[in-house]
Amino acid sequence: MYTQRSETKTVQHYLLGIFRDESDALRVVKRLRKNHIMIHEVYSPYPIHGLDQLLGYKKSRLPMAAFFFGLLGFFLALVMQYYMLGIDWPMNIGGKDFTPLPTFIPVTFELTVLFAALGMVGIFFLISHLYPFKKPLLFDEGITDDKIVVVINLYENKQPKILLTKMLTSFYDRT
Amino acid sequence: MQHPPSPLRKPLITGKKKMKNVTHDICKHVLQYPHLLWWVALGFALILLLIGGVALLITLWEGIGMWGLNKTIGWAWDITNFVWWVGIGHAGTLISAVLLLFRQKWRMSINRAAEAMTIFAVMCAAIFPLFHMGRVWLGAYWVFPLPNLFGSLWVNFNSPLLWDVFAISTYFTVSLVFWYLGLIPDFATIRDKATKTWVKYIYGVLSFGWDGAARTWARYESVSLILAGLATPLVLSVHTIVSFDFATSVIPGWHTTIFPPYFVAGAIFSGFAMVLTLLIITRKLFKLTHYITLQHIEMMNIIIIVTGSIVGIAYLTELFMAWYSGVEAEQYAFFNRATGPYWWAYWLMMTCNVVSPQLFWFKKIRKSLMATFILSIVVNIGMWFERFVIIVTSLHRDYLPSSWAMFSPTKYDVGVYIFTFGLFFTLFLLFVKFFPVINMAEVKSILKTDSDVHPTQRN
Repeated sequence: MYTQRSETKTVQHYLLGIFRDESDALRVVKRLRKNHIMIHEVYSPYPIHGLDQLLGYKKSRLPMAAFFFGLLGFFLALVMQYYMLGIDWPMNIGGKDFTPLPTFIPVTFELTVLFAALGMVGIFFLISHLYPFKKPLLFDEGITDDKIVVVINLYENKQPKILLTKMLTSFYDRT
Repeated sequence: MQHPPSPLRKPLITGKKKMKNVTHDICKHVLQYPHLLWWVALGFALILLLIGGVALLITLWEGIGMWGLNKTIGWAWDITNFVWWVGIGHAGTLISAVLLLFRQKWRMSINRAAEAMTIFAVMCAAIFPLFHMGRVWLGAYWVFPLPNLFGSLWVNFNSPLLWDVFAISTYFTVSLVFWYLGLIPDFATIRDKATKTWVKYIYGVLSFGWDGAARTWARYESVSLILAGLATPLVLSVHTIVSFDFATSVIPGWHTTIFPPYFVAGAIFSGFAMVLTLLIITRKLFKLTHYITLQHIEMMNIIIIVTGSIVGIAYLTELFMAWYSGVEAEQYAFFNRATGPYWWAYWLMMTCNVVSPQLFWFKKIRKSLMATFILSIVVNIGMWFERFVIIVTSLHRDYLPSSWAMFSPTKYDVGVYIFTFGLFFTLFLLFVKFFPVINMAEVKSILKTDSDVHPTQRN
């Protein structure tokens, strides 16, 4: 038997499928992808796991950014300490080595973590276009509350709207 | 990355909440006029801040000679309070980072408040090293590697005190970023729920224009995971480096290799105790009993038993190592702790930190709110005395008997400590009112839908 568990809405040239259950949305996304329908984007109040793979998004390279920023922090910290205590003003502390590597490790570690974290988060804000005073483009007010919204750009797809609407709203239930 | 919740597991969020209920329950506290009790609590916190503020100002005006330090005991209340607050500041990032790596989903309803507590505790801790320098406004020159007025003399990177500056400022920054990142989707929820224009505007600015797109969520998840991975060694490094302040010295009782793990365990122990103290009150006052359930409290109590027992073993190991080392000064330091003039502080520490958490082996105590609340305070009293015992009793018996001394705090010592309490509670109260106390987005991801509820919870 077919039951209706979602609704649709049209905003300008966008067709929205609005769901309240994550599994329904996932099923519909799977179906749309199978029929080669271009999905503009899916919006949800919480991260849905596996959705990015279904939508065919590439794995994020942010971990790589973190690694390189960390590497930068690591080298900067070592260069800073060697320059300050080894070249610019060597300090004689009880006749010990001017630049002992082991005592440089804590500061190097901290700066590695600091650079990696700040660099990665900075890049994340940059590529996701998140910044203060930005006006969000919300297709539905419920996206941050309890609605999962699948957005289809009608200009990008050749299929008639009626067919797309049907794909967004029909579920086959065995029960 | 995550797996769907097993239908055999009891739900973490009770009361058959739907997503809409979560939004409503949490946003309502932000958008409504605050409860009378909140005003009373804020008034109390501000009074503490005022009383302490006077003591802090006098300390600043007259110098730290106002504190009870003497030639023999050059470190006492200030550093005891500093280490105590930093220790408390360990639970938040441990909950959000380490428990994220271990996929402990029960963290989701407590991580927001615990992280806030962490940030405020680190701020309180920073007061002590900053003010003990005398001229606070010159602090930046003295602690950070900036060229100073005397030519190019740099800070000493061989000193654990400097490592501490780097460790704590990095920890503070990364915790703040991690916390804020988690807040962004929830600020967006408040933005869309708010009816007043200016409230909508403020939360709109704070939410960075978040729209909940799948692409952003995927990146967000990857950033959270990496941040958790970075924050995990960071949490462990902070108290390790704090312990180096002592362990790299040659004072008997401080000069031990067990300090790093022992301090880290103690920090987590006291941090969880403070989380419990605060959350037991918050859940009652804000009616969050369906979100922070007895199951959450029991889990935290289990962590308290584990870390409390590690601390207990560390105390015993210290005693054994002092005896086994054959070093007379070391042996005396520990004998003096237990039987010397500060014996009461030692035994108070032993009772509060080693004996009291063992009561949590009883399920009845573990699940009792009253018992948990009382024990959480007892643990933090014990942890304060642990630092007092380590610092003051190790210093008060010098190598030279002619310089043996006792320490008594002045009212300014007590006053500055009161100031940090005022600061901590004021900030926490402002947080619970203006910020979403529970991570709505994460909690929504663990709600069970109709098809996967536990058999006992079905209608």
